Amino acid sequence: MEVKEKISYLEKMSKQIRRDIVQMIGPNNKGHIGGSCSMAEIISVLFFDEMNVRPVDPEWEGRDRFLFSKGHAALAQYAALAELGFFSKDEFKHLKTLGAMLQGHPETRTPGVEANTGSLGQGLSIACGMAASLKIDKKPNRIFCVMGDGEQAEGQLWEAAMSAANFSLDNLYAFIDKNRVQATGFVNDRYKTDPLDKKWEAFGWFVQEIDGHSVKEILAAVDRAKRETGRPKLIIADTIKGKGLSFAENKAAFHNGLMTEKEYTQALQELA
Amino acid sequence: MGNQRTAYGDTLVELGKKYGDIVACEADLGKSTMSCLFQEAYPERYFEMGIGEQNMVSFAAGLSFAGKVPFIHTFSAFLVGRAYEQIRVSICLGKKNVKVIGSSYGLSDYGDGATHQSFEDISLLRSLPNMTILTPVDAYETKKLTEAAYALEGPVYLRINRNDMPELYNGDEKIEIGKPVVMREGKDAVVFAHGIMVSKALEAAKLLYEKGIDVKVVNVNTIKAAGMESLKNYLGSAKAVIAAEEHTIFNGLGSLIEHELRGTDIPVELVGIEDRFGQSAENYDVLLVEYGLTAERIAGKITQMLK
Repeated sequence: MEVKEKISYLEKMSKQIRRDIVQMIGPNNKGHIGGSCSMAEIISVLFFDEMNVRPVDPEWEGRDRFLFSKGHAALAQYAALAELGFFSKDEFKHLKTLGAMLQGHPETRTPGVEANTGSLGQGLSIACGMAASLKIDKKPNRIFCVMGDGEQAEGQLWEAAMSAANFSLDNLYAFIDKNRVQATGFVNDRYKTDPLDKKWEAFGWFVQEIDGHSVKEILAAVDRAKRETGRPKLIIADTIKGKGLSFAENKAAFHNGLMTEKEYTQALQELA
Repeated sequence: MGNQRTAYGDTLVELGKKYGDIVACEADLGKSTMSCLFQEAYPERYFEMGIGEQNMVSFAAGLSFAGKVPFIHTFSAFLVGRAYEQIRVSICLGKKNVKVIGSSYGLSDYGDGATHQSFEDISLLRSLPNMTILTPVDAYETKKLTEAAYALEGPVYLRINRNDMPELYNGDEKIEIGKPVVMREGKDAVVFAHGIMVSKALEAAKLLYEKGIDVKVVNVNTIKAAGMESLKNYLGSAKAVIAAEEHTIFNGLGSLIEHELRGTDIPVELVGIEDRFGQSAENYDVLLVEYGLTAERIAGKITQMLK
């Protein structure tokens, strides 16, 4: 595929992910719209271009692994997994109902989900363990892990950051979805998490900062990260919470928000 | 006398030789937990995680995904207390095959005091689905239960005492997870115990035998496991039951027995640590006496109950 075509395809898929997120939640239901929509381009690039996965064989040994340390954004992953055929989109309508395959936070009962995450701070450590395990076995598989910027307040992440550098986990690709908004307000009104780039660099990581809604920049950053050896890699993605839904953008209320019928219809029009 | 820590460390090395999928993680206490022996033998399969217990637990869950069997180590207090939620979510929720080794549990780290002593560990972990909880009684049982923990697919919490303890087995007995062991027969009363309290119960039985009271002692090395045998099977003709443990009286062996005996009219008394924190002392025995974990207290309670 030509680069231009690839970019336009991945942009189209980002929109599809957002549409699926909106439809999964539906009108008059609460769901993690904001932090799922901010992730759409990154998920699109990883799942529809970068990662080696086999939807018909989710446990395939050669697969790259994806973990949502910010597990509440699971909807974005569900959308990508269903699009790839890991399971049917029929599952969307059972989201978060009793016995459903699609839980409120990622669980391994869902084909393609690698770990139970959602208690913030734990995902990166699990990713590090997976990466270390692959290293011992001298396997080429890679681990991709997405954190939130609000999640940076969790001390465990910094334990993981130090140990990943110590074990030279260069098969680990982490992202921070830097949308600046957490459940009840702005991240930097709570913890002075900035400057994230300098902090992670100081912790021994190869760090890049990009526009998280630019497919082109995400592709370039992942390519650049692949050439870096000997240390774990971080891509800080500058994003907008609720991206793509004008009524939800940058609003903490839509961290786990409810769309009215009117907003729901508007959302699907904006994403058409 | 034997030592559970060295028995554990040696066994892990032996298992590591046989099974290449075993890896070990340590939070900077390897010379106490004796995971240092595994480090010497298999440095490439050993992860020194530094003083970061939460990361260690979730990291181990990650290791287990690709088929590794991680044994993770530090003091029980820091592992179960500080990283409780990581044990809950990263390990138990997904039923990951991680072996959690809680070293220096109970009062056994007598010198370090309350911060380092851990006798609410069973209480916390018993509440978690998928968890198996083991307390060996001596060095031999430590070896056997370490092997059994590896053979069992799923999360296991293995408690290791810090101090030299009496050897209660000959060294050829069969030890199985979920199968209590009768250490002494007796018809009047039963003491269910684990860890050091099995020795104390045997002493109590001896004291009472001289007074004509015949006490059975059952070693409950498994507090929780899928399909474990009911303790009811071990009552016989007993008219009094004691649960003796180096653990808080809340949600440990005592609670297990009270639960199992509900609906019967057999009286149960608990010999455990009352609602208190630990403290430093000059040796282990001084603390066991201070916290009422003695043969005399067990014997006294049985005498009272049979009056």
